[in-house]
Amino acid sequence: MSHDGHHSVVIPAPGPEFLPHTVAHHFDTPVQEFQAAKLGFWLFLATEILLFGGLFAAYFYYHEAYPETFRLGGHQLDWKLGALNTSVLLLSSWTMAMGVRSAQTSQKKKLLVYCGLTVLGAAIFMVVKFFEYKAKYDHGLFVFPEMFHGYDTATGQLPWFKDYHGVMAGVPHGHLFFAIYVTMTAIHGLHVLIGAGLILWVMKGAAKGRFHAGYFLPVDLVGLYWHLVDLIWIFLFPLLYLVP
Amino acid sequence: MTTNVPVIDSHHGTPATGKPNFLNCSSGLMSWAGTLDHKRIGVMYLVGTMIAFLCGGLFALLVRLHLWEPHGMLFSNADYNQIFTLHGAFMVFLFVIPAIPGSLGNMVLPLMLGAKDVALPRLNLLSFYLWLTGAILATLAIVLGGFDTGWTFYAPYSLYTNKAVVTIGLAIFVLGFSSIFTGLNFIVTVHKLRAPGLTWFRMPLFVWALYATSLLQVLATPVLGITVLLVAFERLYHIGIFDPRLGGDPVLFEHFFWFYSHPAVYIMVLPAFGIISELVSVHSRKPLFGYKLIAFSSIAIAIISFLVWGHHMFTSGQSTYAMFAFSFLTFFVAIPTAIKEFSWVATVWKGSIALNSPMLYTIAFLIIFAIGGLTGVILGALNVDIHLHDTYFVVAHFHYVMMGSIALAFFAGLHHWWPKMFGVMYDETLAKIACGIIFVGFNLTFLPQFIMGSRGMPRRYATYVPDFEAYHRASTIGAMVLGSGVALMVFYLVASLLSGKKAMQNQWGGVTLDWHTPTPPPLENFDHPPSVTTEVYDYSTLDLRTTQTPVS
Ligand SMILES: [Cu+2]
Repeated sequence: MSHDGHHSVVIPAPGPEFLPHTVAHHFDTPVQEFQAAKLGFWLFLATEILLFGGLFAAYFYYHEAYPETFRLGGHQLDWKLGALNTSVLLLSSWTMAMGVRSAQTSQKKKLLVYCGLTVLGAAIFMVVKFFEYKAKYDHGLFVFPEMFHGYDTATGQLPWFKDYHGVMAGVPHGHLFFAIYVTMTAIHGLHVLIGAGLILWVMKGAAKGRFHAGYFLPVDLVGLYWHLVDLIWIFLFPLLYLVP
Repeated sequence: MTTNVPVIDSHHGTPATGKPNFLNCSSGLMSWAGTLDHKRIGVMYLVGTMIAFLCGGLFALLVRLHLWEPHGMLFSNADYNQIFTLHGAFMVFLFVIPAIPGSLGNMVLPLMLGAKDVALPRLNLLSFYLWLTGAILATLAIVLGGFDTGWTFYAPYSLYTNKAVVTIGLAIFVLGFSSIFTGLNFIVTVHKLRAPGLTWFRMPLFVWALYATSLLQVLATPVLGITVLLVAFERLYHIGIFDPRLGGDPVLFEHFFWFYSHPAVYIMVLPAFGIISELVSVHSRKPLFGYKLIAFSSIAIAIISFLVWGHHMFTSGQSTYAMFAFSFLTFFVAIPTAIKEFSWVATVWKGSIALNSPMLYTIAFLIIFAIGGLTGVILGALNVDIHLHDTYFVVAHFHYVMMGSIALAFFAGLHHWWPKMFGVMYDETLAKIACGIIFVGFNLTFLPQFIMGSRGMPRRYATYVPDFEAYHRASTIGAMVLGSGVALMVFYLVASLLSGKKAMQNQWGGVTLDWHTPTPPPLENFDHPPSVTTEVYDYSTLDLRTTQTPVS
């Protein structure tokens, strides 16, 4: 939509393997563009935190109401797998940070390698998560197809929660812990997948040489997103796996 | 030369000849559907939210017609529940929340800042399409069985009813993100795209109001998002979070809902305050009385509004001490709000008042908002609220704010910036008549509701005892009058686009940057990058010739 007499600011490529970046027409300087996008993204991250904030509020509310349910429920989760996933995500946050650093220093190959490692971390996290979910599913702690069948008004029980007579016997509303566990971790898992998708998108641009010392904004923002996904897990892990 | 004297008239009174503006610089469906121009997106929002308003208004007329008879005239009780829910949901989520920021905010904010566009134009277009998706989902929900929970979606009824609650929940989730992205965009725009010399305290008050609104949109809406998501999960998977049969607590839903929906009241009303601040100044041709007070009161309202949600739950069984705090803080919000009202009146005082249609709508606002605001203080009192809770008194109060204040301020702003955006003037005589009809119709509709509410008429009932018949009939007649006033307004506004006379370059004699662009503005708003050297609302800088030079 440019018209006569209008010249956009162009950031030159630092080398032949890189592409120049054209600053969007409504910004006067690259710094203005960078700061605007960064401020906007921080605000977006704030909305993500608030979205999870609602879930955390629900967690604490019901933890307070049914402490025994949460204690017994928490013991059903495998803290070793949780710890493994925590370290995988922490490590992937480091590789992401190194990726951003590589973009800032125009090291194309390193950027690709570090992003690749981060995606690998995301993949390991999701595979571990899958096996954890499968174990809970096998124990009847949540059974997705049956969750659609609704509430059994005759018996006053949930058809999907099979463990009223197992480890959770005699505990009030045993399903609540697992409902909150699966809601929180599934929404977090969705964020892991979105983050991995974004990193793959960064890698596509990186391969073309779009990101370098002059322009690394998308890498920076995706990096921030990934750190947030990591940070939320840092809170989820002790709350769910190590219930006090 | 760096002054903020209007540049449009730099050729000694001769209008610029046939330069392209944002309306005619390109044509075809895709030039609109794919546009990144804030003004075109604003126009699309205007059309969309007005259609939603007319739908919501139609549902309102059906509600009022039904209540002509004590036993109900039109619907079964179950159908009545759907009709008033549709009215509330359409009006709140598709009209009142997005209308002013989406349409007037989008059109005017970058102009007022001297920017070429909002900071994130692509995100702006995405906001509009999210709004459209929400509107389509809401319509789809009607087809899929409707929804009958009231716009508040209270659990546990919203978990049990066999209506399309998941679809409308999804619609609200999507609309929420539309609102968040608009707010985020405006915050970044205000921080990063102000023209040289445009310091924070030289910003027009509409910008301050939109900024405070945006903070609320970004910080409150995500909680609504997760709440409707949890309701949907509850209905689909029976997770038990809000379902008392499964150990969940429906009152937690109320806390979540009002944590968003009370600030949402200010998401709706703050932009209206901003419009009124602009208009009282321009149409009295006087600097605003208490500029900084109005600016800070917007921020104060935004902050306090996060701490008063419990005043919607005085009968829910929450702790008594919490109720004291909520009641006290609710009174507290009245202070910054009253500061605004007094400042507006003081601005008009001894001003050179032009009684044109935008100003008439503004005066109507000032009267109606005084009533709407004060009845809110009455409802904030604990003991009084126990009596008035869930009665027509509450209905009348929030319609004095939602319809009488916000919608009227929106109309005022629409009449004010209409000549700027489209370069044409509507029929002023018809506009003044319509404003009068709307004012009379509005008060006739809702004043009787205060009375019957205080006498115990509960809200949302499809039938009523015959004692209330006279009040209900007066209210229904008022709604018809109000509806015809709105219809007249839509008629002359649309007619002005087809055959209106040309507007002046600076129709009302405004001095903020939005009046310094050619009319209608070109694609990137300013012929020369503007800069500001004078204080805001300094009418000594007004070039009177621009108010007498027609658009070319
Ligand atoms: Cu409230």
